[in-house]
Amino acid sequence: MWDYVKLIALGVVAALAAYAASQARDLAYMVNMVEVALAAVIAFIWVLRTMGDPKPSKDEYFDGVIRAGVIATTFWGIVGFLVAVIIAFQLAFPQLNIELGNGMFNFGRMRPLHTSAVIFAFGGNALIASAFYVVQRTSAARLFGGTALGWFVFWGWQLIIVTAASSYLLGGSQGKEYAELNWHLDILVAVVWVAYLIAFLGTIFKRKEPHIYVANWFYLSFIVTIAMLHIVNNLAIPVSIFGTKSVQLMAGVQDAMTQWWYGHNAVGFFLTAGFLGMMYYFVPKQAERPVYSYKLSIVHFWALIFLYIWAGPHHLHYTALPDWASTLGMVMSVILWMPSWGGMINGLMTLSGAWDKLRTDPVIRMMVVSIGFYGMSTFEGPMMSIKAVNSLSHYTDWTIGHVHSGALGWNGMITFGMLYFLTPRLWGRSGLYSLKLVSWHFWLATIGIVLYASSMWVTGIMEGLMWREVDAQGFLVNAFADTVAAKFPMYVVRGTGGVLYLTGGLIMAYNLWATVAKQPKTAEIAVAVPAE
Amino acid sequence: MDYHILREFADSWAALALLLTFIGAVIWAFRPGSTKVHDDIANIPFRHEDKPADRG
Repeated sequence: MWDYVKLIALGVVAALAAYAASQARDLAYMVNMVEVALAAVIAFIWVLRTMGDPKPSKDEYFDGVIRAGVIATTFWGIVGFLVAVIIAFQLAFPQLNIELGNGMFNFGRMRPLHTSAVIFAFGGNALIASAFYVVQRTSAARLFGGTALGWFVFWGWQLIIVTAASSYLLGGSQGKEYAELNWHLDILVAVVWVAYLIAFLGTIFKRKEPHIYVANWFYLSFIVTIAMLHIVNNLAIPVSIFGTKSVQLMAGVQDAMTQWWYGHNAVGFFLTAGFLGMMYYFVPKQAERPVYSYKLSIVHFWALIFLYIWAGPHHLHYTALPDWASTLGMVMSVILWMPSWGGMINGLMTLSGAWDKLRTDPVIRMMVVSIGFYGMSTFEGPMMSIKAVNSLSHYTDWTIGHVHSGALGWNGMITFGMLYFLTPRLWGRSGLYSLKLVSWHFWLATIGIVLYASSMWVTGIMEGLMWREVDAQGFLVNAFADTVAAKFPMYVVRGTGGVLYLTGGLIMAYNLWATVAKQPKTAEIAVAVPAE
Repeated sequence: MDYHILREFADSWAALALLLTFIGAVIWAFRPGSTKVHDDIANIPFRHEDKPADRG
């Protein structure tokens, strides 16, 4: 019965999407609708062909979707890093905005492609896969909603990534940073996200452990808050239901505040809370000892949740935003330093008594460096949110450097650690193919980040100082083009750092592939891997 | 219910309630006897690695 409902629903979606494509007012919308229709047709055929297959055993964890998530995380990671290197060199060498692309491959369109690929495709897949892994293991229960719900979340998310990427390149964007998706794709995100919430929460509801492990608290707050942020920030009225254009419900400074309430909490809940969930599970597992202080983790959680939501206005210092709101954002950002470092200490001290592992295990080294970068960027961020500092740093490359020491250092490294942890376990292999290659990856990535962050500090502070330099008569000394010319060497260094980071990612991809393809199976886990 | 009423409520009673909730959560974490419970919870990742708990 249930299968027939699915078939009818998929058929209706395919037909509606095809009709919408035929009526499309713009190219981005038409391509998106064709993609949705194709996805619905493929899903239709898949449901049809697997109808009546025996149900998988309820005594196993649902790992198929997590294996797919590991592959997708690796794949989108490489894509995101590659686009990153291209746009980094586009800034240094504008000729790389090739005319042949007719605007499609210009920096302005490639930049949202890069940010979305690394945050929502690489980071999002890492979060979905690891949340499914962690919530099953720490609840001692199989994922709620059966294989259908899990696969819906996974493939729905991939469809969002593909539609988003094609939309950006074709000029479909609503111009909100990190929320460039137009209204029709926002609805798709909302639907998939609710399915993700149901699968996660349902698993917690049927848990066999009496308590909810702290990692799940972080994951849950991340899922719930992102749903709220996404919906409020994307309240808009479409100009036509057959086009990408829409009008925001809020205007002016209210819209700006909503955007940065969203924007900063995307950092706070997507890139921090969610990844802290990862830290609280994978660091204890890899170190083979429980978290340093469970009490501290509870304080960490509640302090982070109560404070982060207020920090957004620091993106709008010295704008039309009222002073009280901007001061509030600054104060809350500075207070936020404390729970952040509480969490960092908790993560690092989990290794107390096992520090020798740093010498022998490059995976734990990766995780420790990631926590170190978490500590560094959660110190740098509050500092930059102070109005006096912000008057120098804002709109400069310093901000870009700050974001990347957090994203490459904290999010990237902890995700690499997670992938190295999960791959042998999910495929039932005795261990990673090569620890030496992990070491190579570790050093390439770390040196890449150092090149990136330091060059952006130099160029950011330099251009900030150049912008405010006045002569004795009070005239500005530098034209904008002077700052651009002065930044050139630093842009090349930044791009080089990106090349190192990408190379590390490629080495990881090879290592993970070789782990599955060349490592012997372990006897006992091989039995436990269910045929999906 | 215009903006100013909401605003006044938000930066008085609502702010106080949030603060008290947070302090309450911290005190609850440090309640006597919680250490044993927390030790048990902290070890959850080291159980049920390969299979869900038996149903029943």
